[in-house]
Amino acid sequence: MPRRPGRRVAARTRGGPAVARLLILPAALWYGVFLLAPLAILVIVSVGERAANGGYTPAVTLEQYQNLATRLTPFLNTIVLAFWGTIGCLLVAYPLAYSLATRGGSLKTALMALIVIPLWTSFLIRTYAWMFILGSNGLPSVLRSLGFGDVQLLNTPFAVVLGIVYNYLPLMALPIYVSLERLDRSLLEASRDLGAGTFATFRQITLPLSAPGVISGCLLVFIPVMGEYLIPVLLGGGKTYFLGNALADLFLQSRNWPFGSALATAFIVVMVVVVAVYTWLTRRITAAGRQAALL
Amino acid sequence: MTGRRSGRWSGRWSGRLDRAAGLALNLYTVLVYVFLFTPIVIVVIFSFNAGRHASEFLGFSPRWYQAAWTNPFVLKALGNSLSVAATTAALATVAGTLSALAMPALGRRGRTVFEQLTYIAIIVPGIVIGIATLIFLVTAFNWLNPWLAYLTGGSAVALGLGKYTIIAAHSLFTMAIVNVLVRTRMQSADRTLVEASGDLYATPFRTFVEITLPQLLPAIIAGALLSFTFSFDDFIVAFFTSGQDQTLPIYLFSSIRRGVTPEVNAIATVLLAVTITMMVVAGLLLRGRGGRGSRRRRREAPIEPALPVPAVDRASAVRPEVNAS
Repeated sequence: MPRRPGRRVAARTRGGPAVARLLILPAALWYGVFLLAPLAILVIVSVGERAANGGYTPAVTLEQYQNLATRLTPFLNTIVLAFWGTIGCLLVAYPLAYSLATRGGSLKTALMALIVIPLWTSFLIRTYAWMFILGSNGLPSVLRSLGFGDVQLLNTPFAVVLGIVYNYLPLMALPIYVSLERLDRSLLEASRDLGAGTFATFRQITLPLSAPGVISGCLLVFIPVMGEYLIPVLLGGGKTYFLGNALADLFLQSRNWPFGSALATAFIVVMVVVVAVYTWLTRRITAAGRQAALL
Repeated sequence: MTGRRSGRWSGRWSGRLDRAAGLALNLYTVLVYVFLFTPIVIVVIFSFNAGRHASEFLGFSPRWYQAAWTNPFVLKALGNSLSVAATTAALATVAGTLSALAMPALGRRGRTVFEQLTYIAIIVPGIVIGIATLIFLVTAFNWLNPWLAYLTGGSAVALGLGKYTIIAAHSLFTMAIVNVLVRTRMQSADRTLVEASGDLYATPFRTFVEITLPQLLPAIIAGALLSFTFSFDDFIVAFFTSGQDQTLPIYLFSSIRRGVTPEVNAIATVLLAVTITMMVVAGLLLRGRGGRGSRRRRREAPIEPALPVPAVDRASAVRPEVNAS
């Protein structure tokens, strides 16, 4: 009976399914025309051939997919740097979330809101700010005056990873914070009463129980980072070539639509695989965590 | 026995933490805040730079704001951004809210399909949506334009990429976000009021206007403000679907690539001010307009995001609830 109150609310205020269909029509139409149709066209173009002047000639060939191997570098770059960026986010965010959840006191909601505020500001501007800081007149000139010699920071893979950590930190911190904040305090007391030290308690109780937060944080960061375009362009200086940059070049510069579409389709497939693996991992680890908590 | 719900396990347990470790943790937290806010503060400070170059600071002056304000390209881009964001917000709010209201009355199958599509619209990265929409629209226009010309005897304006295509693409994911926000709110809404209203012989329409709508209003308004902000801030989708029309982020991007000037900092600061103001207003509305009936529920509501929303900006869709509670 108490499944979803919302269902009852609407069921009683609205008429029957006929009204419902009418109400959902605009959104359904939009999904059809601007989500399904474009994705379908993407797949159709990916099995086509390139026209002489760019664009697309209808065909059914897997040639574009066979050529994907030539773009292995952006694929690898993306996966490797997205991986390090996610690890970086995790390393920075975990202690932060732990500190806020356990020691934030009455201020913790406000402190957490402060972490999230940068998410509300323009992504472009946040990335640009680092371009400004890492540029030759920024941090490197400070380092030079301190006697560190010439340090190149901007346009390096380091800058890209830094940009990822900076921009995506809130997305990692939030789910971890939520899982730590909800952690049952009595488990920690029990652990202490049974003679476990601070570290043992952390390793055996806190860490496993916050694993779901860590897993969903990693997913929240990894997926959008794979589609990143601005960070590699602005902080990587075009040297660190991501999938997003390869796609933009194929569509806007060389106008090789079929190949670009094949690359985009492959990208979606990789993403779906990653999400599937993560979901599977989440289930397993959550189950393991629950078991650990019960034992 | 302390209650499980007391939520403050900072007390005795952390007291057992090594004092030095606690201090280190505090210091670390402060450093992360510095890391998060320094870049933004630097952009704001340098926007007031009196000097000609972005690299050295020569005292405060509003000259770059004046420069930006008298730059016709900036004004055109700002105008485009504002009209795109406002139209997107209107479309997304209406279609998203209506679809959320309709979903419960839909068949199980239709509901599941629509729900999945909503998540897909939110999850697919902006770059993929941008590219797919670009190919789709160019193909569709190539096919439609000869017909239009034929039907109107060649007098019709050819369809092309521009402001309207940005609006179409932006409306897709903002609509999905409004749908999720309103649906989340519906699930925590007090259903007894609706039943009472029915028992008191109110017509379904009256019940909707006097009970359901006020309950959902905070989520609807927050959805509108979020849609506006996402559209106003978006670069990547607009980058592919804009054609010749520049929005402010696209203008900023191209001037950044040409070289950093204090003018860019000034525009960036204005953008920051606009988005932060919108978000604070959204947060306050969610806090203030909740109504008596829903406040109790909101305190109990989980702070966990309602859905996994990977795309950066979109992820904040689920945030206002956190800050309002």
